[in-house]
Formats: sequence, structure tokens, C-alpha cells
Amino acid sequence: MGTRLGKQTVRLDSKPVIQSWAAIVGAKEGHGPLGRFFDEIIEDEYFGEESFEKAESKFLRETLAKILMKGKVSSGDIQYIFAGDLLNQCIAANFGVRESEIPFFGLYGACSTMAESLSLGSLMVEGGFAERCVCITSSHFCSAEKQFRFPLEFGNQRPPTAQWTVTGAGGVMVGKAGDGPRVVHVTTGKIVDMGITDANDMGSAMAPAACDTITAHFRETNLPPNHYDLIVTGDLGIHGKNLCLQLLEENGITIKEFYDDCGVMIYDPQKQKTDCGGSGCACSATVLAGYILEKMSKRELNRVLFVATGALHSPISVQQGESIPAIAHAVGIEMV
Amino acid sequence: MDYLRAFIVGGLICVVGQLLIDLTKLTPARIMVIFVVAGVILGALGIYPLLVEWGGAGATVPIIGFGNVLAKGVMEDVDKKGLIGAFSGGVRAGAVGIAAAVFFGYIMAVVSKPKTKNKA
Repeated sequence: MGTRLGKQTVRLDSKPVIQSWAAIVGAKEGHGPLGRFFDEIIEDEYFGEESFEKAESKFLRETLAKILMKGKVSSGDIQYIFAGDLLNQCIAANFGVRESEIPFFGLYGACSTMAESLSLGSLMVEGGFAERCVCITSSHFCSAEKQFRFPLEFGNQRPPTAQWTVTGAGGVMVGKAGDGPRVVHVTTGKIVDMGITDANDMGSAMAPAACDTITAHFRETNLPPNHYDLIVTGDLGIHGKNLCLQLLEENGITIKEFYDDCGVMIYDPQKQKTDCGGSGCACSATVLAGYILEKMSKRELNRVLFVATGALHSPISVQQGESIPAIAHAVGIEMV
Repeated sequence: MDYLRAFIVGGLICVVGQLLIDLTKLTPARIMVIFVVAGVILGALGIYPLLVEWGGAGATVPIIGFGNVLAKGVMEDVDKKGLIGAFSGGVRAGAVGIAAAVFFGYIMAVVSKPKTKNKA
């Protein structure tokens, strides 16, 4: 059983193992700097379906199938699936896992969902309630634009602080035994709201949450920041990344040399015209399941603090002038 | 010469829109409403018709020209029918534009599928 280290952090003494992982992405992500790390690149943004929402569900469904295949298990071997996405009522996840017959917890953590699901899945395994859990999430540029901004038919112009929602799905299977990377610490974020109301500048809204969670992680674990080879936030983008570094610096935590952001890593902003970088649930999920875990299994990275960040607003709350509450969950993953 | 003048007027109107997108936090929907309302006001004050005279389609095609048409229609109908014209004039004058937008919008929705602008 795990050990509670502080208000937000739990140490998982059995160190649940990430047994398999997969990421399927769209064309833009596939043509980006991390393209060669993804399991599959789907050029058709409809993925052969009639709507973007159905396409997103298919990304999730196919990624789930790939995770099971790579882990050499069937859906009957999975006790829980933790999944979520950005659409109303989380339909990408609901429809994506509909046929799998795996006991399902639907999550909404906005773009922090990958760390949220990985936290819960790992805790479930640590607690002895599951042999294996799948933690998975998806997003789709076209369905997210419709959900949060304007449908593509409208032909809206993007403001320069905008980020580009990642199309794809990424996920992992966490279980009791095996050789893979292990989940050692879970630091659960609390909601941080600095009063930012601009829904086109999520990076700045989420950076204080990332800073808060990272600070709590190091305070409660007593680990030095350089314990990790890589500290990676979810989708702060170029502005948010710099702001996060600055805020951490003020808290006396210097991580510049081994800090990066999935939103910055996944695209080439100049060549791909993605402005501030990537965002969406699939941003951190595909970078984790495509790039980071691959590097860890080759021992090119040994200890990674994965901090997915989410903005917990809705289009309605923005229209009503509410500020943007943000959250960040951290998961410490290590090769043992 | 007509083309050049239309280009200058239409272009400058679009520059105003672009500046609003780049320099303010206004959403595109709000900018559109501001343009229509500005067209109504400038039309009512008799300023916009001068732009239309000089710039032709450069002034009538952008959304601000629609506001001008609304104002013009209201003023005409109020003269003819009295106060009720304030309600009928705008829609009557804008009827061609509104019906064409609905009709062609529908046709385009039937024949095309939405997709991302820059995919790579």
C-alpha cells in the first residue's frame, strides 16, 4: 500500500508498471518533430468516419486496441479503464470504449486528463483493486474548435496566442508486474485560478497551476529537482512555458536545463503555423505514450516528472465572463 | 480606376478588422457585430453613403456595408410608412443579401465538407 507524503502527494511503494503504451496521431502531429515516435499517423482527419466526433472516438478506440495488442492482453484482462476527452459529456471516450466491455470511469480534467487517468489507474493498482488498468485520452483539432471556439465552416482567424489542439489519442496500460517504467509518485493538483479571462491564452492561465503542483511535489517528496532527467508539462505552449519557469524560479526551484513542455515539443511553430504550440488532452498523452515512455524503455531517460495541465472552463463560463480555473497533476515515472 | 478605389476602401475596412483581432481581445463574433452597428450609425449619419459613392463594392461588400443597407432601408420605410417602417425597412432592404446568404450557405453546406485550413 502506498504512503501519503503530504497533502497532495502519495508514494506508490509497489511501483505499478506501465506495461504497454500507444499513440495514434493526425497528419500535422505526424509531420512534426516527434512524428517518428508515434505508432500510427492518420492522414485523413475524418479517419474514414462521417464526423469529427466519430473520428475522435475512433482514434481512442484504435489506440486502446493497440495498447492491448502491444501488452499482449485482451479487454477481459483489464479491470478498469479511465478515459476522458474535451467534448461535451466526454462523448469521444464514451463512444470510444462502448464496445470494449471494460468497467469504465469517465473523466474530465480538460488537457490534464492523461495525468489524472494515469494517477487514478496507478492508485487503483497500488491499492490492489486491479491487476491492470488502461488510462487513455483523446482530442481532435476539428471537434475541439467546434466545442470551444467556432466550427471550421465559419473560417475564423486564429489570434497569435492561440494554441493548436492535437489530433490523436494516447494511452497506457498500468499493471502490477513487468519491466517497464514505473509510477512512483502521484501529486494531485488543486485548482488554481489567477483571474485570467482570455480563453485564447490558456498557457498563461495554466502556468500558475503547473508551478503550484511542481512546487508541492518537491516540497512533499523532499526530492531535489535534478532527481529527474526531464520535467515535462502538458500544454502550456511557448508563453506558458516561460511563465512557468519564471514562477518556479520565484519559488526557488530551478529546472531550466531539464524542463520542457509537450505543447512546445510536438510541433514546429514556424513551419507548421501552430502559433504558441500544441494543446488538448492528446497533446500530453501522445507525447507521453509516443516519445517519453519510448525513451525511458531505452533508458535514454530514467526519471521523468509528467505534469499534465488543464484549463477547467467551459464555453458558457467564458461567455459569462468567468475567469479560467486551471489544474495540473504530476506523476513521477521512473525506471527502476 | 473603379477597381483600385474599391480595393483601397475594402482593404482599409479589412485593416481595421485585422487590427481589432491582433490588438484587442475581442472575439470575431463581437467584431462582426461592431462592424454591422458601425455601418448602421455611419449610414444614418450619411457618412457611409459617401464611401459607397467613392469606393463602390469595396464599401458595400464588407459586413459594415450591410449595416449601411439596414439604416438606408429603415429611413426609406419610415418616410413611406411611418414608424412601422423602423421594423420593416431594414429587413426589406437587406432581403436580397439575407436570402442569398441562406440559399448559398445551404448549397455550400450540401456540396462541401469542413476541413482544417493548414494541415501540414
